[in-house]
Amino acid sequence: MISSTIGIWNYWIVFCLMMIGLFLVIGRKNFLKKIVGLTIFQTSVFLLYITFGKIKGGTPPILNESINTIYSNPLPHVLILTAIVVGVATTALGLSLVLRINSEYGSIEEDDVSAQDLVDYHDDIETGKTLDLKFKK
Amino acid sequence: MISELLINAFLVTIMLSIAIALIKTRTIIFTVILTSAYSLVAALMFITLDAVDVAFTEASVGAGISTILFLAAMAYLPKKEEESISSEFIPALSCIILGGILIWCSFDLPEIGQLTAPVHQHIAPEYIKGSKEDIGIPNIVTSVLASYRGYDTFGETIVVFTAGVAVLALLEKKNSAKKNKSQPKQKIRKNA
Repeated sequence: MISSTIGIWNYWIVFCLMMIGLFLVIGRKNFLKKIVGLTIFQTSVFLLYITFGKIKGGTPPILNESINTIYSNPLPHVLILTAIVVGVATTALGLSLVLRINSEYGSIEEDDVSAQDLVDYHDDIETGKTLDLKFKK
Repeated sequence: MISELLINAFLVTIMLSIAIALIKTRTIIFTVILTSAYSLVAALMFITLDAVDVAFTEASVGAGISTILFLAAMAYLPKKEEESISSEFIPALSCIILGGILIWCSFDLPEIGQLTAPVHQHIAPEYIKGSKEDIGIPNIVTSVLASYRGYDTFGETIVVFTAGVAVLALLEKKNSAKKNKSQPKQKIRKNA
């Protein structure tokens, strides 16, 4: 019983971590916190994959001389190596978007940004400038 | 074997507590430091799960480079996260429901470390057998990454290149927009 609980304990915690990451992305209004949430989500997915690749009593997948060695599954490791590097590229892109938003709106809170958008929209309507005109320009 | 899994369970619980601390904190610098710590504990986890290559990539790229990126971006951003006006009840509820469904499904997953699990039956044994004969590199991860699945790695470099170009384009516009922005607005006011 105990061993089987520990056997799937990893999965449970990984799912909790995923949900915390998802909550940071959809629940928090700060854009930087959203990107941190994406990072948390990513790392927990990596953990899930690597957990699948583990074999009891196995060694890291580097060939050695003895015949009866059990190697852990190398395929998830390869996929996750690729994913880590792509993840950093995504983080860099997200951060530069946040910097750009900050320079344009002076805030990185979603509430502030959408409030400013709303004000701009109403200003445009009052001055007789509709959205169509904006696009024609 | 059980001690190995106990270490695993311990480390993964530390990760959970770091993630909960991340929800609680409202200061950006703590957020960045906790994210870095999270990545480092993840790297430790990868070592106990036999993924040494992934561990050092995570420690250098995940805990190193992304922390540097966050710190560099932080210098230009507000230092405190504001309390949001809208309620966080609906996002929290949907996350809890989704997490519950995932945990319910986890009873159908194979236990950790079973040799009979489907993931170990497919193509991985061929990679392990062929690595020495076909490619001659003892590190199987390297031979799969660079040879068997070389196209994946090629695609990855394209993704990284695209992201780099996009970052440059975004940050470039930031500088030139300041110069151009003031002129059109004045024109509009004059016309009005």
